[in-house]
Amino acid sequence: MSNTHTHDNFTRCQQLLGQLNEYADGELAIDLCHELELHLTDCTDCKIVFDTLTKTIKLYHLLDENPEAIPAGVEERLLRRLNLVSS
Amino acid sequence: MPGPTIDLQVYPNEAALLEGLRAGEPDACTCMVKRFAPLIYTKALRMLGDADEAENILQQTFIKACDKFTSFEERSGLGTWLYRIATNEALMQLRRREYTDTIETLDEAIQPADLPQNLQAWPIDPAGAVLNDELRSQLEQALAALPESLRIVFRLRELDGLSTEEAAAALGLGESAVKVRLHRARLRLRELLADYMAGEGTNV
Repeated sequence: MSNTHTHDNFTRCQQLLGQLNEYADGELAIDLCHELELHLTDCTDCKIVFDTLTKTIKLYHLLDENPEAIPAGVEERLLRRLNLVSS
Repeated sequence: MPGPTIDLQVYPNEAALLEGLRAGEPDACTCMVKRFAPLIYTKALRMLGDADEAENILQQTFIKACDKFTSFEERSGLGTWLYRIATNEALMQLRRREYTDTIETLDEAIQPADLPQNLQAWPIDPAGAVLNDELRSQLEQALAALPESLRIVFRLRELDGLSTEEAAAALGLGESAVKVRLHRARLRLRELLADYMAGEGTNV
């Protein structure tokens, strides 16, 4: 698997990269969406960038929805600060 | 939500908990802490990147929440209300930092360093992924590696659901700057995660 962009028109790919953000958010104008989607079917590397960018966003939402337990002592100090510890 | 369940049995749902809070029952405050402290602490830690500051924000949030509970109008869930308090506290904390001027002086354009380098596909399916310790650690490390100026925009826009306009107002930035920084943050995170995600570590 290549680690460098192989598409012939790399400058075009860079221009479209700037639109991926709005596209991922569903905020890109329809005509530009169509143009970008055509490009994604044609350019494997850009398709991978879009797919992995989307996966990045989804993974962070997954992380955010599943907070870790807070470290030992943090909750206890909070309860004490609020005068809620009886012992 | 992590935490002991003893108080959750006293207040089986949010409506019962709110009733207890309105009545000024200490157990209700304890229950609110146990239910929401992990969420608030984790979010504060991601915004500030510092455990001591996150704990301070956590305490300030609950002190204000307990003091001002009468101002909670129940237009949103209790967690959302607490989170708004925490976000405001964290933003004030960020503004107090001496180096916060980097928030205003960052170059507002996609930089060459932001361009995708690693172009390997990721086998992981986020919808079916299990958030184990290893994956959690990879995501946290990448987020911590972002410059603060990008991390705070990613935090507010991507995870807290603020609009571009709201995030711009909160940070004192233009809306175009917020858009560019969000894009740069996403691209950087993608790159930071790419080696791991494309490799063996994604069999989760």
